[in-house]
Amino acid sequence: MKAGVIVFPGSNCDRDLAVAFERVSGRKTDMIWHKDSTLPTGLDIVAVPGGFSFGDYLRCGAIAARSPIMRSVVEFANNGGHVLGICNGFQVLIESGLLPGALMRNAGLKFVCKDVELKVATSRTAFTSNYRKGEEITIPVAHHDGNYVADPDLVKRLKDEDRITFTYADNPNGSTADIAGIVSENRRVMGMMPHPERLNDRHLGGTDGTRLFESLGEALVGA
Amino acid sequence: MSEPEITPELVREHGINAEEYQRILDLIGRVPSFTELGIFSAMWNEHCSYKSSKKWLRTLPTEGPQVICGPGENAGVVDIGDGQAVVFKMESHNHPSYIEPYQGAATGVGGILRDVFTMGARPIAAMNSLSFGEPSHPKTKQLLNGVVEGIGGYGNCFGVPTVGGEVRFHKAYNGNCLVNAFAAGLADADKIFYSAASGVGMPVVYLGAKTGRDGVGGATMASAEFDDTIEDKRPTVQVGDPFTEKRLMEATLELMQTGAVISIQDMGAAGLTCSAVEMGDKGNLGVALDLEKVPVREENMTAYEMMLSESQERMLMVLKPEKEAEAKAVFDKWDLDFAIVGETIAEDRFLIRHNGALMADLPLKALSGTAPEYDRPWLETPPAPALVNVPEVDVKAALLTLLGSPNYSSRAWVWQQYDHMVGADTAVRPGSDAGVVRVHGTDKALAFTSDVTPRYCKANPFEGGKQAVAEAYRNLCATGAKPLATTDNLNFGNPEKPEIMGQFVGCIKGIGEAVAALDMPIVSGNVSLYNETDGKGILPTPTIGAVGLLEDLDQLITNRPNEGDQLFLLGETVGHLGQSALLAELFDREDGDAPHVDLSAEKAHGEFVRAAKAEGLISAAHDLGDGGLAVAAVEMGLASGLGVSLISGGPSDAGWFYGEDQARYLLACTRDNAEALTTLAREAGVPLKKVGGFGGETITLGKVSLPLADARDAHSGGLLKVAL
Repeated sequence: MKAGVIVFPGSNCDRDLAVAFERVSGRKTDMIWHKDSTLPTGLDIVAVPGGFSFGDYLRCGAIAARSPIMRSVVEFANNGGHVLGICNGFQVLIESGLLPGALMRNAGLKFVCKDVELKVATSRTAFTSNYRKGEEITIPVAHHDGNYVADPDLVKRLKDEDRITFTYADNPNGSTADIAGIVSENRRVMGMMPHPERLNDRHLGGTDGTRLFESLGEALVGA
Repeated sequence: MSEPEITPELVREHGINAEEYQRILDLIGRVPSFTELGIFSAMWNEHCSYKSSKKWLRTLPTEGPQVICGPGENAGVVDIGDGQAVVFKMESHNHPSYIEPYQGAATGVGGILRDVFTMGARPIAAMNSLSFGEPSHPKTKQLLNGVVEGIGGYGNCFGVPTVGGEVRFHKAYNGNCLVNAFAAGLADADKIFYSAASGVGMPVVYLGAKTGRDGVGGATMASAEFDDTIEDKRPTVQVGDPFTEKRLMEATLELMQTGAVISIQDMGAAGLTCSAVEMGDKGNLGVALDLEKVPVREENMTAYEMMLSESQERMLMVLKPEKEAEAKAVFDKWDLDFAIVGETIAEDRFLIRHNGALMADLPLKALSGTAPEYDRPWLETPPAPALVNVPEVDVKAALLTLLGSPNYSSRAWVWQQYDHMVGADTAVRPGSDAGVVRVHGTDKALAFTSDVTPRYCKANPFEGGKQAVAEAYRNLCATGAKPLATTDNLNFGNPEKPEIMGQFVGCIKGIGEAVAALDMPIVSGNVSLYNETDGKGILPTPTIGAVGLLEDLDQLITNRPNEGDQLFLLGETVGHLGQSALLAELFDREDGDAPHVDLSAEKAHGEFVRAAKAEGLISAAHDLGDGGLAVAAVEMGLASGLGVSLISGGPSDAGWFYGEDQARYLLACTRDNAEALTTLAREAGVPLKKVGGFGGETITLGKVSLPLADARDAHSGGLLKVAL
């Protein structure tokens, strides 16, 4: 698996994500600057990391979604490429139109950083195949605007199409239907608010995030 | 534009007294211009000149084989082996935070982060020590919420994990909260950047955010007491932009790699003035600035305003001229404003030109070198009377009151608003003895703690100063780290009052003795005086920030015991209750002497904890502090969701369970290791006593017991009573 991580000036989980991919694949992650207009060739997955891409001014992810590189990321996704957006990356993917819905300010109005219990809602994606459906895992969240908002039609469609990947066991931000992560119609673009790259090491308090990267490593091996 | 005439009133408004003004006249042989007066006030105020504290700061131990750079630069630099160094400092933003809590606290974080990356280090950890007024005071809730949000808002966006700190409430801070921000960064030991300029005719480059009128006179404001005109001071608070700071850091670190940077200084207090003078002074050079080249965001700014602006996220550098193109490429990449605003000159002058007019022409070296220095009269704090009338205590009620008090309850509400995991190297999160962050890409880690017990410092400044250092030492040892070095953030009232100066002197002496004995030299720090409102001073609050090193994360000790673990108490218990949390929280009494600190016992016990871990004998450890044995044991139980039982002991229930004798730890170990641990203690000659064990769902304190859930509810709800 060859991974590329997009770097906006205010990204701050770019290195964490690169390390997580490298640990699974043994291959160096390409760090891709937001002002570039094309992606390097040969990437199996493009990831948009957490952070505050452009200071979260205007709307989280809104300015980033209009940066030169995102046109190429959208094209990559439209051609069937795998794209992962975590936290601010999820916001960017929504603002780019790759995923439906909206991410609003947390219901509690405060930034919240803590471990949360997630339920794996489907294992039928390249991102979640190493988890069991219904399994409970621990992954941290760290966001101010992680309240996923979807109208009833969208929620129904996401459920009917088995596109909800993770739900919160104890909703920390007010998200509709406890949604923590979703995939696109072709199941190759996933956005999630929690940070699997942060619980990926026995020294850091847990490894429940590791299997997400292992799932991808297996799905995209030699892809 | 014509400048105002210099009148005695104008001089006074600049915080310059008659004697100091005479010194200016003698120095330049004429009446200063308005801009010059502003420059003097910026350089000579307490905040920048340390004029009341310098004499005493010089007495602090600052050296050791581990110290690469001690006080005097933007931050201290300490060797951590393998060619790497940790760079750290703590600094106050008290007055701005009281006036405008969100921005005051946010820019405090911004300032300390800049101090660290200015030296070439990438910030890897932040902490903050916060002191607020009593929970029932009408301003406390708003200040707590605003300060915490401001710290989170800045640090989270910047991308540094906030891994520790303190929050306290006391009526002495009703009119003057304290916000002390700590940051630490990692650098290659041979790639540290300093502020001394070198070379004549070198370009002085301005980098970062544009200059506005915000913060004009901020450092002078921070050196004055508050009174009822405080609302007028709001415009002196700066506004922060963490996104610009993040870019400024990335650009600065990238620029340093190109070899273009000769010297660098961040623009903090008194902005352009302090940074330019600092670089010239350290390099024995003069500096000439052309202010029309300074990027500004407001129209018609005067020389005075530009020289005193405290707009945030700005940096001044002296660059190698031949590297200008490379430098420009870095600034452009990060979309940052930069401009060549002047040059270094051979003469010892500080020349400020604006639109062709010479606005200031001052001897540069004298601006910092001849700043006033005072040997303020001081009165030694009289010995506290011995504690009498020790009350009877209901052991169970006392536990729930302490755990549920705003001062000793869970801080989760605070640190959940801080991103404490960004960087994916946080090995111990907030809420433990010390925050621990792995040195990226290695198995080593750094531990961070900040400590002080202000009511001890008030009763007995000398022992209180020692205790602040000793507690920091214990918190580091309790995580398995070897303490390395210290930064001090000394918050006191008006130094012109001999009894306040006496508190300062006493604390400094205690801190000095302790850092020498525990081998954790002071490498950086900050002094904040005049923390008074309407003539009432705060508690003396010398916050100690300390850093320790774990050579291997496998030596990490947590505060989480396992089911069935036995519990041992390391250290002597005599049951000292003077100035204890028990008296303060249950009986509203702050009397008696502070506990005395036996520094050789501290050292021996700290070393024993690490030795016991190295032998594989302990599964958890925790330092004993406020609330003594019972609170510490229950905190360990709560960390693992386990009940705990403690035996009774002497001299009294209150003294045994809640006494605050120093140099004590709780150690948890398995039944199988208990004998070996006891033997190790006997060999080491340290007092170790089995006092209980962990397991079940009940807390037992001698003859009384209560459900663990009751303790959990009290502990998790205490702070919320103030915050929500």
